[in-house]
Amino acid sequence: MSPIATHLLINLIQVGFLLVFAPLVEGVLRRLEEIIQGKHGPSIFQPYHDIFKLFGKDEVVSEETTWVFRFAPLINFVMPIFVVLLIPALTAYPLFFAFMGDMVAVGFLMAIGGFFVALAAMDTGNVYGPVGASRTRMVGFLAEPVFMTVFFSVSYVANSTIPYIVNATWAASWASMLQPAHLLVLVAFLMLILADEGRIPVDSAAGKTEIAMIGYSKSLEYSGASAALMKWAGAMKLMVLSIVFLNVLLTPWGLAATRQWADVFLAIPKVLAKIFLFVIVLAVIETSLAKLRLFRISEFLAAAFVICLFAMGVRLVGIA
Amino acid sequence: MTEHALEIARAVDGFVAALFVVFGLGVIVTRQMLGTLYLFVLHALALSASASVLAFAYASPHLGWVALITFSTKAVAVPLVLRWAAGSEIYQRREVDQVLTIPVSLLIAAGLALVAWVAANPLLQAIPDRPFAGINLPTGLMSMFFGAFTVVVRREGVAQLMGLLIMESGAFFASISIVSNLSVIAEVAAAVDVPIASLVIGLLIRNIHRVTGTTRVGALAVLRERH
Repeated sequence: MSPIATHLLINLIQVGFLLVFAPLVEGVLRRLEEIIQGKHGPSIFQPYHDIFKLFGKDEVVSEETTWVFRFAPLINFVMPIFVVLLIPALTAYPLFFAFMGDMVAVGFLMAIGGFFVALAAMDTGNVYGPVGASRTRMVGFLAEPVFMTVFFSVSYVANSTIPYIVNATWAASWASMLQPAHLLVLVAFLMLILADEGRIPVDSAAGKTEIAMIGYSKSLEYSGASAALMKWAGAMKLMVLSIVFLNVLLTPWGLAATRQWADVFLAIPKVLAKIFLFVIVLAVIETSLAKLRLFRISEFLAAAFVICLFAMGVRLVGIA
Repeated sequence: MTEHALEIARAVDGFVAALFVVFGLGVIVTRQMLGTLYLFVLHALALSASASVLAFAYASPHLGWVALITFSTKAVAVPLVLRWAAGSEIYQRREVDQVLTIPVSLLIAAGLALVAWVAANPLLQAIPDRPFAGINLPTGLMSMFFGAFTVVVRREGVAQLMGLLIMESGAFFASISIVSNLSVIAEVAAAVDVPIASLVIGLLIRNIHRVTGTTRVGALAVLRERH
């Protein structure tokens, strides 16, 4: 098989990997949180059941809505799939689409999905949708400068914004992993994932009271297949962010180094193991930290921003 | 020590230094008093880790003692002494109002870090033969500034004490990279001061709490005699 065809095929395997395992990652996270809270919790396969059930249900769409409402779930669903084509999900070497976009493009693609979901939430006329949308935007406004600074710090340290090259830079040696700038970027990015995924702020992500919701309230009006797509997309977004965090920044090992199929398929359990370990950490952080008041999110993200500035400063001054 | 081993030791020390800065920042921003105490313990652990790395790199048993003494006084004794002296109810407090908001304090902290780097530079040129000073000196200086800043902006007694203690840790962090053969007795003398200072301040905080019903020492601007 020609190298291009192999690369395309591996890209498709990456997409399949994301589609198949994203609900499992979310299920494990939810189960762990319930266990830490002393509850029994649903099975880790519950998200699969939910998605499957929702695909079989009829869809109700309000007459007041426009095309934005119909298309938002599709756009939201497709964006994580685009992103996984750009990042080193299973292989350490660049694939077919690797140089089509860098980490800024990753952030941009994620933002498009979020933008359409926010528009759709306002489109419905339901009171809770716009509340959730405006809250997400508020977190977004505060998080985006931090996102940008994280990317600049990473590119400054690794001399590139292409995820594959960043991955190779960190994986090159232990000394580069231990750089202070690298650690600081990691801390800032972790704080960003927590805020962006709605894991730290006001209420728990699985909360069912409308007034305290941030992310979930935006998809309240969806039913049937659209609701399934929204759910699936949410799980994929979490998984994509974890992959960026783990494979690009924290643990750039365990990826396939050759084009042999055995190597590529062996990378799947390795990457999954890393993600599950990360999910344990995430569950512990989420359940053990006190929830913040809504207006305290700015402080949380300001801390992430200053840590990023430190990362750049450390690099600029040339410590280590 | 080979060149390669020194390289690894420098990398590990840089990593620890970054943690040291992050925990120092944490002490500035945390509102819960118990959280501040935990962060201080982590800060002390980072100091102790850096001292161990340097002890290994310089092959200096004195620095090994510093690591051990730091661990036993700051990470073990101070929390115990404080809890005993100040009473556990004080830890349930959290600061409701700051002199400065947290984003502003963070930006000032970033500025202070820059000042520390600039201030450490001429000192570093004076001691070119100390391979770890390039990491430890600016970091320690930064932590001293952070501590001083915490004392200025925080109003709770416990937080102010933690500010004092991270200043002290910062001074240690900087000095272990320069002086590697201080006699152990001097280390012990310096280290024993820390739990005693915590004891005295802890008792003082408890008394203030008993008399005024609060530990917001920043609000106690005027002394008044009781009749």
